[in-house]
Amino acid sequence: MANAALDPHAAIATTASGVGQGLLTTADGKPLARALVRSQRRARRRAFLLVLPLLAFVVITFVVPIGQMLQRSFYNDGFSANMPQVSAWFAATERGTDPDDAAWTALAQDLVASADARSIGVVGTRVNYDMPGTRSLFTATGRQVRGGLEPPYREALLEINETWGDPRLWSVMREASTPVTANFYLAAVDRTRDDEGRVQQVAEQQRIYVTLFWRTFWLSAVITALTFVLGFPIAHLLATLPMRQSNLLMILVLLPFWTSLLVRTTSWMVLLQQQGVINDILVWMGVIGGGQRLQMIYNQTGTIIAMTHILLPFMILPLYSVMRTINPSYVRAARSLGATSWTAFRRVYFPQTLPGLGAGAMLVFILAVGYYITPALVGGSSGQLISNMIASHMTGTLNWSMAAALAALLLGAVLVLYWLYDRLVGVDNLKLG
Amino acid sequence: MAVPTYASPLERLWHYTRLTICALIFVFLIAPIIVIIPLSFNAEPYFTFTDRMLSFDPEGYSTRWYSSLLTFGMQNPDATGWAFWSDAWANANWIKAAKNSIIIGVFSTIVATVLGTLAALGLSRPEMPFRRAIMAILISPMIVPLIITATGMFFFYSNPCELLTLIGLDPQCGRLAGTYLGVILAHATLGIPFVIITVTATLVGFDQSLNRAAASLGANPRTTFFKVTMPLILPGVVSGALFAFVTSFDEVVAVLFIAGPEQQTIPRQMWNGIREQISPAILAVATLLVIFSIALLTTVELLRRRSERIRGVTPR
Amino acid sequence: MKTTLILSTALGGFAFAAAAQEVNVVSWGGAYEVSQVEAYNKPFTAETGIRVNMIAADNPATPLRAQVEARNVSGDVFDVEVSDAIRLCDEGALVEIDPASLPAAPDGTPAADDFVPGALLDCAVANIVWGTVISYNTTKFEGDAPTTAADLFDTETFPGKRGLPKNPKRTLYLALIADGVPAAEVYDQLATEEGVQRAFDKLDTIKSDVVWWEAGAQPVQLLADGEVSMTTVYNGRVFDAMVAENQPFEIIWDGQYMDMDMFVIPVDAPNPEAAMEYLKFATDTQRLADQARYIAYGPARKSSASLVGLYQDGVTEMGPHMPTSPEALANAVMDDPEFWADHAAELTERFNSWLASS
Repeated sequence: MANAALDPHAAIATTASGVGQGLLTTADGKPLARALVRSQRRARRRAFLLVLPLLAFVVITFVVPIGQMLQRSFYNDGFSANMPQVSAWFAATERGTDPDDAAWTALAQDLVASADARSIGVVGTRVNYDMPGTRSLFTATGRQVRGGLEPPYREALLEINETWGDPRLWSVMREASTPVTANFYLAAVDRTRDDEGRVQQVAEQQRIYVTLFWRTFWLSAVITALTFVLGFPIAHLLATLPMRQSNLLMILVLLPFWTSLLVRTTSWMVLLQQQGVINDILVWMGVIGGGQRLQMIYNQTGTIIAMTHILLPFMILPLYSVMRTINPSYVRAARSLGATSWTAFRRVYFPQTLPGLGAGAMLVFILAVGYYITPALVGGSSGQLISNMIASHMTGTLNWSMAAALAALLLGAVLVLYWLYDRLVGVDNLKLG
Repeated sequence: MAVPTYASPLERLWHYTRLTICALIFVFLIAPIIVIIPLSFNAEPYFTFTDRMLSFDPEGYSTRWYSSLLTFGMQNPDATGWAFWSDAWANANWIKAAKNSIIIGVFSTIVATVLGTLAALGLSRPEMPFRRAIMAILISPMIVPLIITATGMFFFYSNPCELLTLIGLDPQCGRLAGTYLGVILAHATLGIPFVIITVTATLVGFDQSLNRAAASLGANPRTTFFKVTMPLILPGVVSGALFAFVTSFDEVVAVLFIAGPEQQTIPRQMWNGIREQISPAILAVATLLVIFSIALLTTVELLRRRSERIRGVTPR
Repeated sequence: MKTTLILSTALGGFAFAAAAQEVNVVSWGGAYEVSQVEAYNKPFTAETGIRVNMIAADNPATPLRAQVEARNVSGDVFDVEVSDAIRLCDEGALVEIDPASLPAAPDGTPAADDFVPGALLDCAVANIVWGTVISYNTTKFEGDAPTTAADLFDTETFPGKRGLPKNPKRTLYLALIADGVPAAEVYDQLATEEGVQRAFDKLDTIKSDVVWWEAGAQPVQLLADGEVSMTTVYNGRVFDAMVAENQPFEIIWDGQYMDMDMFVIPVDAPNPEAAMEYLKFATDTQRLADQARYIAYGPARKSSASLVGLYQDGVTEMGPHMPTSPEALANAVMDDPEFWADHAAELTERFNSWLASS
């Protein structure tokens, strides 16, 4: 075992004995190239084995469940499974075909069957996603046709509700008749399909998700930058102070960290609101008049202040743990070679803190993207972020397909950013290994 | 950190400016915590400094929120002496919640830290295959919004054996939703990205030749890890574990879905009934936690100093 | 096979087993839960010996749907909003409840006639009626006090910030009422593009003065702090502040938005008989009247109204504080769950789009 631990370097170390015999071999006479390949394979396997338990754990407890959840973003059989006959008619005809007798018969029989099976709400909900206002059309019709419907079906259905003749409704039902759909993704980027199935933007007053995506990423970037500006001096101070003092100051960093998110958010409300502590102190000191109290919360400022505070420890601690490992003699050497303190910091010290900065920035940014409770409580009209909409679709409108589509886009966007970050800043340049 | 003797006057000025800036940032960090301490003694059920509080009228203060922590959920809050305390320990909602939070937090942190540190060691080896893709998978629990994660996990934990149908086994087995194990595993999953990110960052600065040196001196891999690698990456492991613990300690969404009535945690108790009212009892909880963690961290520091003294190590 | 056996033994040890005689009720937590424990659960256990476990959820409809879809139902009775009750019922997630099986009123009126309109659905039975009302801090206005919904939009006469919830359901109707639309015509207006635009135009007039609240706990805090001078708020919560906490608040019943909370039973509930028994017991005349002792929400049965007595402080008469009192009903908008099931998504998007535009 002890020998194996030396691989692949053992192989390299022993090559010296093989030099000068034409073909390079290891000490025990095997060709060097093959020995190297084999030892490298062994090293890869060993590295992989270290990662394997966690990878298996995460795949089983996270990736598979989330995959099933995100599958809902493009797979919704609410219509096709409960309306099989009319779905078959849609599959057999071209888009734009006017509904004929066969279509009306299929629709009527499906409606009756679905109403009896009490699945009509599922059908209506599915169609309502693409055409608001139609859910009640299905449920109300369902209540009337329970137990049967007399032909001619077209006239019978039109008598119940004229909307059954609406070409838009038939176009939307055609969309819904296949379980695999891109419509939730279209809706998640403020797009919809017109009667001919062409993709177009939704009406201006309905556009929201693209705005929220940009706002979420922009706010997260601002907060990441702020945590860096505030966190770097603190981490540096903690890393350069003697252990005794730095450990005591560390308590100040950790205390807010232990404190519940809800408590800290509440506390910022107490501090920042117009009748709050900070405004009271400013008025008392005479800095501002009683009538000009500052509006620091229930707007973007409030969100940024509270979130920066909540995420600051996630920047400080990685920076600190990296800074602790930096040998102070490098900076001293730079100074003794004539660098000013600024140059020594910029050229020698700062580059060594980059891994910590990278880790901190990644943590803060990603966490900020997912936070929504704090912005919702202190953010006022600008406090809606994309995660809010996801939560509202999960718990409010119960449109899990839409929530899954938004979440998948968010996940995708963050992974793309991660990849870009890896490319540009270079997680590899930070020698991630 | 004193000013070096070779510093110029400008550098001295900068040095003190820097200390002032740091002091201000510490004020920013700690101000919201300072505020909650007096508010937790507010006699009224609001998060407001009342006029009576500001004029230091004893009427404006009360310990009602602290006593509500004990009595809420008790069978017989009017008992005295031993009966009162044993009842509180067994039945008070907040105490049960605290016990659950600690159990779930500690175990999920252990799982996340052990698995995460091992994986980080593997990931930072140069020969690791598919490093980027695997890294992306491992940090994804941090990215997917919690409500989606929690719902997805609930489906999985409701029937964990359903996965086995893929390889043709009988899918019937017990469920994890509503059990301690379920919540612990869920929280461990959420804590893992923190451990991975912080430990890999620390390993970047780690000089691999130290391991080779240890090995060439005859240490086996385990000795090398515990005697050489571990002490050097310990700060990263500790902050990763800390993140994982706090993630579990302050997590409410997954608990809402996965936990049963027996696994109520502190944050669950805090968010309880937010449709109507946020009870100032949460400030009392926060204050107690602040006091507890100051005591804990101070003890740890004192013990550390003592062991330094005994071992004769001079502090840096 | 062997693996399965071992796994099931291992996991079975952790799963909490349901005892025979108990019922799990999932509700909203907080003061509301306390009122249900006092008024329903304690007498229920005393009478039947069935233990009631209360489980609090953020919105019980979400775990209900997840549990039914995962075929792992652990709750027996869920307390949900009307629109969710209708939606879940139409999706086949709930057990149908026959109104004839519910206990009649003490005078013999069958349950179907005793409940207020809309309180009995195919799969759901209402327990309380609650209102979103306007409330103001009396110390903020020296001259006349505000009396109508229109005053909320009049920041000239009644200065100060306003609190409004950050959702379309409880804001658009108020704008229309304040703009002169009678309560009965609100949904006709909201069904048209002009009506929706009219509501947003009215909201535009106070947009810069609004503090948007998210959780029901927030508006009372905002009033107590003086951060807003008027806000909409859940009537039970503000009653608690006025009576139990002696805050200087007043309620304006004009433009009340009425909502109901419903008991439902999911299909595959672990204790269906006990669940049904609990539901019948909790929605009988006496129990609904008793609940008003602990929280100012109105009973969903007409026969309960005369039995509503004093608040738990022993002096406050609860009748006038009920959202179902004649004064409160004068210009009240009743929630229309069918409308919101059709239009919630569309209007939520539009509302958020409006919020985001400055």
